[in-house]
Amino acid sequence: MALEVKELKTDFHNDWCVGCGDFGILNAIHMALAGLGKQRHEIAMFSGIGCSGKTPHWINTYGFHTLHGRGLPFAIGAKLANPELTVVCVGGDGDGYGIGAAHFLNSGRRNVDITYIVFDNGVYGLTKGQASPTLHRGEKPKSLPLPNINDNNNPLAVALCSGYTFIARGYSYDVKHLKDLILRGINHKGFALIDVLQPCPTYNNLQTKEWFEGIVEDEETGARVKGNPRVYKLEESGYDPVVKNPANLEEVEHKMSQAFLKTQEWGDRIPIGVLYQIDQPDYGARIAQRMPSYAKVSPAKMPFYDLATGKTTTDITPLLKDFQVV
Amino acid sequence: MEYLKEIAWLIGGPQGSGVDSSASTFAKALASGGYHIFGGREYHSNIKGEHSYYQIRASDKEVRSSVNQVHMLATFEEETLHIHKGYVIPGGAILFDPTLVKETDIGRKDVVLVAVPYMELIKQIATEFGKEKDVQKLAVMKNVLSVAASLALLEYPFDLIAKTVESFFKTKKPKLVQMNVRGAEIAYNYVRENYAKSPFPYRLKPIPVPAGEKRTFLTGTQAAALGKIIAGCRFQTYYPITPASDESEFLESHPEFGCVVVQCEDEISSICMAVGAAVTGVRASTATSGPGFCLMVEGMGWAGINEVPVVIFDYQRAGPSTGLPTRFEQGDLKFALNAGHGDFPRIIMAPGDMDEYFFDAIDAFNYAERYQLPVIVLNDKNLANSTKTVRWFDYSGAKVDRGFLLSDEALAKYIKSNGNGNGNFKRFHFEENGMSPRPVPGQVGGVFWNTGDEHDEYGHITEDPDLRLRMMDKRMKKLETASKEIPLDKKIKTYGPKDADCLVVTWGSTKGAILDAMEDLEKEGIKVRLLQICLINPFPTPEVMKELSQAKIKVGAEMNYSGHLCGVIRENTGIAMDSMILKYTGRPMKKDEMVDALRNIVKKAEKKVVLTHGA
Repeated sequence: MALEVKELKTDFHNDWCVGCGDFGILNAIHMALAGLGKQRHEIAMFSGIGCSGKTPHWINTYGFHTLHGRGLPFAIGAKLANPELTVVCVGGDGDGYGIGAAHFLNSGRRNVDITYIVFDNGVYGLTKGQASPTLHRGEKPKSLPLPNINDNNNPLAVALCSGYTFIARGYSYDVKHLKDLILRGINHKGFALIDVLQPCPTYNNLQTKEWFEGIVEDEETGARVKGNPRVYKLEESGYDPVVKNPANLEEVEHKMSQAFLKTQEWGDRIPIGVLYQIDQPDYGARIAQRMPSYAKVSPAKMPFYDLATGKTTTDITPLLKDFQVV
Repeated sequence: MEYLKEIAWLIGGPQGSGVDSSASTFAKALASGGYHIFGGREYHSNIKGEHSYYQIRASDKEVRSSVNQVHMLATFEEETLHIHKGYVIPGGAILFDPTLVKETDIGRKDVVLVAVPYMELIKQIATEFGKEKDVQKLAVMKNVLSVAASLALLEYPFDLIAKTVESFFKTKKPKLVQMNVRGAEIAYNYVRENYAKSPFPYRLKPIPVPAGEKRTFLTGTQAAALGKIIAGCRFQTYYPITPASDESEFLESHPEFGCVVVQCEDEISSICMAVGAAVTGVRASTATSGPGFCLMVEGMGWAGINEVPVVIFDYQRAGPSTGLPTRFEQGDLKFALNAGHGDFPRIIMAPGDMDEYFFDAIDAFNYAERYQLPVIVLNDKNLANSTKTVRWFDYSGAKVDRGFLLSDEALAKYIKSNGNGNGNFKRFHFEENGMSPRPVPGQVGGVFWNTGDEHDEYGHITEDPDLRLRMMDKRMKKLETASKEIPLDKKIKTYGPKDADCLVVTWGSTKGAILDAMEDLEKEGIKVRLLQICLINPFPTPEVMKELSQAKIKVGAEMNYSGHLCGVIRENTGIAMDSMILKYTGRPMKKDEMVDALRNIVKKAEKKVVLTHGA
């Protein structure tokens, strides 16, 4: 029986700020997990530290609120040890692209079958709004005493050249669109990155909901009216992100090139949706290739002792014989 | 002429020139003739070219350490000759290449100088095998030749050498095997013919092995990896680091046991990935050395507060920082005890020989799961890279203890009798002994949370002062429980008579040099007792106090600058050591310097002896 969204909620007190973009992401995750056709116990949520880090506490599945920047290695360890689990990791932009950058970069090399959702708002919210790796140089949200001295990094472009096989961007106030992205990401066999534009109403007064949606004040009436939204959906622009034949290098090059151009769009036009998707062997398949037993039984469930006596059932005699001298 | 019961032989050369394989060949030839072996390996942090050397001790009884002076020195280039020629006993032998060094330039008239014209002999082999053009490539055979030449001088039977060379090259092409065996034979015959009448007095012959005794010859990392396999470790992470990587690479090279080995991007990832795996119920571990362990501290703290069983093998090397990256120190004890902010329970073990490397691995996973905490095993470079003959590991008595891990059936039963009102599980249920029942993700009815924050029984974040108090008490209580449950012989070991002239207290592989020294000192009439502390945390305070209170002179012996264990003993028992034997050159304590140090302490009441032997 499919899960209902209400079954995926917890009664743990939510302390995000009023109007926080995180709520949209949480709702989208609830909806996506409900639509997955799995049960609560089959899902494990992981997170790093920050406002986003608390997310698993509001999702009624196995939940692991780990360390700052380290959500990915924890999540990867769990998935590789028990591939039957659906593993979703969430984190912030500072968490994933700053302190956790080494794991972000290197996850592209492994293509572990998990989904990574990044709550991207340009600031470190929980420590009162310092500049995060995605804030542009010269920008000065109200939380900064001086304009940002660092350039921003471009996580989607980094992902593209680091081997990521599913790269997407969502917008936290388009919950249905985000839910679909998350479902696509979970169903993608491999590592799925979903960077989510998520306005921080408390510290980032530059990239606000109004900014993303092009809501402006009418000069004459003072009323808030819809202008030109910055955020647009790739799928509505005829963009096709999917590599049909991964063996066709020409096609791969073309799809990567168009995706790279999309990662460069910012300002007046900001694309959301799937930028790039390719089918490549995931890490589990690579392990199984060298260790056939892995495809049959996961490390977490592999028997290694007699349950009644506690005696080991592993026999290392052949190895000891290799070392035998007399 | 004298048949030796014990011999020390040293070979050296530039790294990458095959010194290790020649030492192994020499050692195995003697091991297959019934000798006990200890091989100590020294090398630089360098791929090719820097000086490395390998000392092999062979004896009719067990040997556990290196010595300062050797009977024979085998060289094929100048550097080794000049560094080590002073450490050959008078009457011993030095093998050298007469095309590189003049006999008169060596400056040792009290030893037998054996000139081995390596390239001339290699040319002869090349001709026999029609490889005249490849003479330069065959220069690597100097290794095999030097082994065969050494054993020829000792009149050790050639068939045992041939057998060893054959088995060493068994995975290579048949022609290569033939060439190396023939090369050994040519060198052997050359020395037999030219030095039959030399004054070198020592001989070796095969000795009987007690009926039914089977021995293996392996390194510390291999012993530890084998222990992990038996322990059921099926998930191992690592980041390349000397000298720990060998363990992970060994596990990776044996996929038939189903242990997934992941080479991570750094040690932070290594610990976090291992902990992430461990929460799913797999026995998970990581292996590293000091610099890597430094990076693991935060992740270990997370495992501590979330009560995750994870096993960390720290192969200690000389610090601080990169320090002496390929040398040995016991410098991580106080760090392991205190690594991390805040208090959380951890178990720390310190194996001191190959058997303990193997069996402690099994205990480590049992402790980790029973007490639901990180277990740190303090291995070291000394044993990691040493080779030793070890009695066949008999693991038939080894038991797996998974503590309060719930099977699907046990979880269903537990929920039935205890209820889980809202469908979630109290992973941190308050229990008298500190250990709560543990489900894993994937199990129906087991849903719980983990967080690095303080948490309630379900694992949800809390800052409630009362819950904080109770959770801290619950976690720390597990160490008390462990202290009560872990048997005495896993906490401490004692060797030697109770009425000894002095009691030496040590930990880890320094035990080897002390045990070897005790045998020599006994012959001089000095009685030594050894107290080895195997369980560093929880510290076996009453057991150690009892031993210390009976001692005439209390001596701490360890491989670091400040005497880590001595400090820990004082912190726990209030008792200070009378004397300390310390070494921090990066080279392991040797038997003979240990003999001298203990003699001086007993006879002259020396307070502090700093050892320095080893090139």
